[in-house]
Amino acid sequence: MRHPEQKTLLAGEESAATPAIESAGGKSDGPAVILRGLHKSFDSQIVLDGIDLTVEDGETLAVLGRSGTGKSVLLKLIIGLQKPDSGSICIHGQEITLLHLDAMNEIRKKMGFLFQQAALYDSLTVEQNVAFPLKRHTKMTKSERGDRVKELLASVGMEGDLKKMPSDLSGGMQKRVGLARALALDPGILLLDEPTAGLDPITSGEIDELILKLQAEHDMASIVVTHDLHSAKTIADRLALLHEGKVQIEGSFKELEKSDNEFVAEFLKRDS
Amino acid sequence: MPSTLTSVWSLINHFLEWFGDLAFFAWEVARSAVRRPYEGRELIRQLDEIGSRSLPLVALAGAAIGAVLSLESRDSLVRFGAKSMLPAALVYSIIRETGPIVTGLVVSGRVGAGIGAELGSMKVTEQIDAIEASGVNPFKFLAFTRIVACILMLPLLTLAADFCGVLFGWIAETLVEPVSFLRFINKGFVGASFSDFLAPTFRTAVFGLIIGMIGCFQGMRTKGGTAGVGFSATSSVVLSSLFVILADVILVKFILVFFP
Repeated sequence: MRHPEQKTLLAGEESAATPAIESAGGKSDGPAVILRGLHKSFDSQIVLDGIDLTVEDGETLAVLGRSGTGKSVLLKLIIGLQKPDSGSICIHGQEITLLHLDAMNEIRKKMGFLFQQAALYDSLTVEQNVAFPLKRHTKMTKSERGDRVKELLASVGMEGDLKKMPSDLSGGMQKRVGLARALALDPGILLLDEPTAGLDPITSGEIDELILKLQAEHDMASIVVTHDLHSAKTIADRLALLHEGKVQIEGSFKELEKSDNEFVAEFLKRDS
Repeated sequence: MPSTLTSVWSLINHFLEWFGDLAFFAWEVARSAVRRPYEGRELIRQLDEIGSRSLPLVALAGAAIGAVLSLESRDSLVRFGAKSMLPAALVYSIIRETGPIVTGLVVSGRVGAGIGAELGSMKVTEQIDAIEASGVNPFKFLAFTRIVACILMLPLLTLAADFCGVLFGWIAETLVEPVSFLRFINKGFVGASFSDFLAPTFRTAVFGLIIGMIGCFQGMRTKGGTAGVGFSATSSVVLSSLFVILADVILVKFILVFFP
């Protein structure tokens, strides 16, 4: 029986040599995220059918694919909101699929998650939303927390809306606040679920620029799930295209363009 | 005929599945309760939300029941020449049964629906996922605090309902035939022991457990959009009222055996 805290060495992954997560944001020498043979089904529907992906520290991977191909499920597996049927998920060298709740919560503190609809707590103000993780997981004084919240909201251009309720904000503004909340604990890994979905092209462009700026400032590994090819091209170093539960192709945008895979060509053509 | 059997079997299956899920949920909440942090601030917020905000409705229900019981009982007792028994009949009826069950049902309506709708709405808008993703245990932060608040507040609300019931019972009586409140109380509590009062009041803590547990469970398993939230709110009220009534029957028998 494996101890929940036991770190796993993946076969063939010499870089995943289980260094301890110590530094701010939980960074280590190995890749930030390693997924191997990930399977997930809902009843008889196979959503993910053997996903293998690696994301290095400071790298941004965009996961593309048609609606319902399991892109959001992939992010929820990485942050432990859902359990895979089989396969391995390593976060900074630590296998998380068998972790108990307390240990998983420690890992989650080192990850930021932006939900598709921002998922702001609707009974709390913008300020309280961003302060929520700080209040729960740090020993900051009230004034330190206030300063940190202001700093985070300033970084996403929302410093003037501290006292507003989420219902008073537009979709784009909610995404900005969601980003500020995701960055509150200075995570080493940022997971973004459709950051530009439902936004007009100008606001989408602003969100893309904001993500690029924040990535440069925080030097995080990011996984961006999107079906917006333009956005993916702008913010990602590498792209992975999901189809029928598998990664059809993985590489830079230029590599994807050169692919002779029929589905890849069709996807790029339809989206361009 | 086979189709009837199939539907009955499906219904039983559905009920057993629901009960199994409820047991698993209760286990998760119980497990989370023994771990730090203890969510004191959220518990206080819930005590206020569930306790002080239910007080006006519970007090009103208690007052109405007291006044109606007084008016109705007076007529019957006069017919049997037992008018002097009215204060005792009223007080016993309110503190032993009417106060606790009325409080349980009123709170299951107000609080059960509130918890079911609030948590249901949080579930469908991914707010519960967001809490979990930020490394906070939603079973403790959302469910445990609400359940404990219900358990602690129900006996206190019952005391308020009992007091208002007796007070308005006296007012209804004194409007027909003036009697001092002190004399009414003295006659009402003649022969009453501490167990007459204590056990029925504290059985409402079990009602609180039922209301909190079912409200949180139904809310946190909400599926779908607004229709799902509506279903969670309604089913929280229906199921918690049903289980409060069932628990009342069982606990009354239990109290009669252990506190005769």
